[in-house]
Amino acid sequence: MSKFWPLIKLLPIKTNFKFVKYARLFGGLSILLVIGSIFFTVWPADNKCGGLTCGVDFLGGNLIEMSTRPEPVDLAEIRASLNNLGVPDAQVQSYSVPGTDPTGRFHAMAKFGNIEGVSAADTINQAKAALTRDLGPGVEFTRTEAVGAAVSGELLTNGVMALVVAIVLMMVYIWFRFEWQFGLGAVIGLFHDVILTFGLFAITGMEFSLTAVASILTVIGYSMNDTVVVYDRIRENLRKYKKMPLGELIDLSINETLSRTIMTGVTALFALGVLAVLGGGPLQPFAIALIFGIVVGTYSSVYVAAPVLLLWGVKRGAKDEDARPIKLGMASRP
Amino acid sequence: MVQFSRWKVYLLAIALVFGLLFSYANALTPAQREALPGWLPKPTLNLGLDLQGGSYLLLQVDVDAMREKRLANLSEDARQTLSEAQVAVAGIVRDGNGVVITLSNPVQIEPATTAMRNLLGGGMALASDRTVTRQGDNRIRYAFTDAAMTAMGPTAVDQSIEVVRRRIDSLGTREPSITRQGAERIVVQAPGESDPTQLERVIGQTAQLTFQMVDVENSVQEAMAGAVPPDAELLMGEDGVTPYLVKRRVIVSGENLVSASVTTDQSNQPAIGFRFDGQGARRFGETTANNIGRPFAIILDGKVISAPRINSAITGGSGIIEGSFTIASASELVNLLNGGSLPAPLTVEERRSVTASLGADAVRAGQLATLIAFIGVLVFMFLSYGSLFGGISVIALLLNGLLIIAAMSITGATLTLPGIAGLILTLAMAVDANVLIYERMRDEANAGRSPIAAMDAGFNRAIVTIMDANLTTILAALIMFWFGAGPVRGFAWTLSIGVVTSVFTAVLVTQVLLVVWLRVRRPKTLPIAS
Repeated sequence: MSKFWPLIKLLPIKTNFKFVKYARLFGGLSILLVIGSIFFTVWPADNKCGGLTCGVDFLGGNLIEMSTRPEPVDLAEIRASLNNLGVPDAQVQSYSVPGTDPTGRFHAMAKFGNIEGVSAADTINQAKAALTRDLGPGVEFTRTEAVGAAVSGELLTNGVMALVVAIVLMMVYIWFRFEWQFGLGAVIGLFHDVILTFGLFAITGMEFSLTAVASILTVIGYSMNDTVVVYDRIRENLRKYKKMPLGELIDLSINETLSRTIMTGVTALFALGVLAVLGGGPLQPFAIALIFGIVVGTYSSVYVAAPVLLLWGVKRGAKDEDARPIKLGMASRP
Repeated sequence: MVQFSRWKVYLLAIALVFGLLFSYANALTPAQREALPGWLPKPTLNLGLDLQGGSYLLLQVDVDAMREKRLANLSEDARQTLSEAQVAVAGIVRDGNGVVITLSNPVQIEPATTAMRNLLGGGMALASDRTVTRQGDNRIRYAFTDAAMTAMGPTAVDQSIEVVRRRIDSLGTREPSITRQGAERIVVQAPGESDPTQLERVIGQTAQLTFQMVDVENSVQEAMAGAVPPDAELLMGEDGVTPYLVKRRVIVSGENLVSASVTTDQSNQPAIGFRFDGQGARRFGETTANNIGRPFAIILDGKVISAPRINSAITGGSGIIEGSFTIASASELVNLLNGGSLPAPLTVEERRSVTASLGADAVRAGQLATLIAFIGVLVFMFLSYGSLFGGISVIALLLNGLLIIAAMSITGATLTLPGIAGLILTLAMAVDANVLIYERMRDEANAGRSPIAAMDAGFNRAIVTIMDANLTTILAALIMFWFGAGPVRGFAWTLSIGVVTSVFTAVLVTQVLLVVWLRVRRPKTLPIAS
């Protein structure tokens, strides 16, 4: 068998990076990033969604996606048509469907509020009629969305609730499976990842919608997954090396799990990268958010969730017996 | 020697058969599926509206408006009954669940109470939804019971769902799904219906048909100036311009309608033929007999469709409604009338629609992305871990893909656009279990253990981590399922199924195949160890 195949042999079996040594530096960087993300997410404060570009899911209002052929969509004409109709807050933008549209159509999207005293459904119908009249019969309406004020409020509440419940449940789970020190560390890591992902949405201006909440929840799942693997090794090493200083022990555990972290991270990033390039349309921001989340989640497992344990230490030694993992049913021998 | 359980092999074989049996139909065209014998299971993936195109409507049942209307009817009831009983009424005021009637003359309290009690009907055995109580010496309270008020909401939603279903069926919409959401909402999903306008128009009409007498004693002009008599109301004609002053009392309503049909009038214009039930026919007959020469109004959803003059008593219980109908509008109205009227107005709270072509584009893009990601992961694993270990994880991944499709097909889970992303992420994450096991085995082998001991220890150590790590993902998915709507739920479901199947295949396939390899080859070293 050659020296380079299988490729896994290229990954050193034992690395010896001093992660903890730079924990302070990266901790400072993380704090800066978190503060920056919070700032860009909540500012400007007079906006209902702060710095996020909320979609109709959370703000209410209407959305029409249309396509034209053979001429490109004239955005100014769409804007003029909607303004003549008197719809408030009309925003028009074009978008492309990468590599997936064999028909060669041009796509545009318009978002707007309700005409005063007219229901969302009727506003959309009137807008479609006006656009058909002004843009000619070549225009096709591919997607319409209308969300009432009551529903958008509930969707927003549910989205926020989902994030809060997810983080609390993760904390409880880790606390139950490990110890409170780990639970707290995991939650700090989670907050870090979630806030940075919010920051990504705020800075890139990607639409913040129900799908965005789903992507953040997935980031939470992945980040936890990663943190658990590192914590699991720390816990194991705590029992194995009773005298080793905690900093060294954390370094050892991260190094031991490093090849796994890289392998899994690379496959996930590759698959999501394909999705971002080929998935088109609404899947693109979803894939971008997940890619970002996986990078940040991996980073935070190594540089946030693990070193943060140093701040308050962990229980160890003979008294540690009660902190042993609970045997799961599936862990039986073959 | 490694312990080896036969049941694991059987389990794998069963999983393989299950996977093939419940996923193969997805690879066939609909025509090919039709040609298969009927006893073969042929479940296929259920595509969400965002992938196959269609409309989604979230309707709010306006229960408050209905309660308001029922309360208004109480006061009409009382006014009518007392006027027939020749009781003079000083005033009727709203009071909580009902109305309080003040009599002009306390002497009439006895006959008034009796007349009101007769309204309750039903006798002693049947509990009425209304009560009549005397208050002081000249007031009577006529109100709904608390139970009736509480039941009004749920009943209205149930009835609305039924009516909406009949109306959508009359449109010929393919496989619509109509479900209740929360206490007062209805979700309508119509696959393939990319323009919800007609759907909305048909669903949104209350279709309350009433026949009421036109008030000829008072002038329309005075009513428009504000002097509307208490027993009459001012309504607009269908054109929205012509005002009509009609008596509030309803002679016959849509509830008495047995059937409606499209027909033509004498001048060959489209019209609507109707037939009443016995009670409706009798009431209509009596009223027309007593009011020959006077006009009556045919009112649909608060608009006067026509106000013909009564030329003779109409006793047969059937007739035609003339109006400015087209064939299309007449048949739509006929369908509405036959489907029954909505007990409460419906408002559209949320509406989404996607054309089938956009959905098809999304499916094409999703398929391509999934395929390439899948192949990429397979190649990556093969290159990273070599033909044996990489090959094993490739087999596990293939079985995993099969099982996900099979599980989604038989559970009738809906595959949505974000669901495709979930699928791709799952495939990538599925190798995580393999990686964890292999890395552990590498560690153990490098620590000097024999391949068999390394494998044993590797599995037992890795499995704890695998369970911990995947349970967190399941938790996140469950939360999404709980709070999320539509497409997000689809994503959560795909993710959950994927996590379960990937742990199952990664652990079981890897274990069984490695044990087979160890038994056959009895190797001295592991190929992935350095």
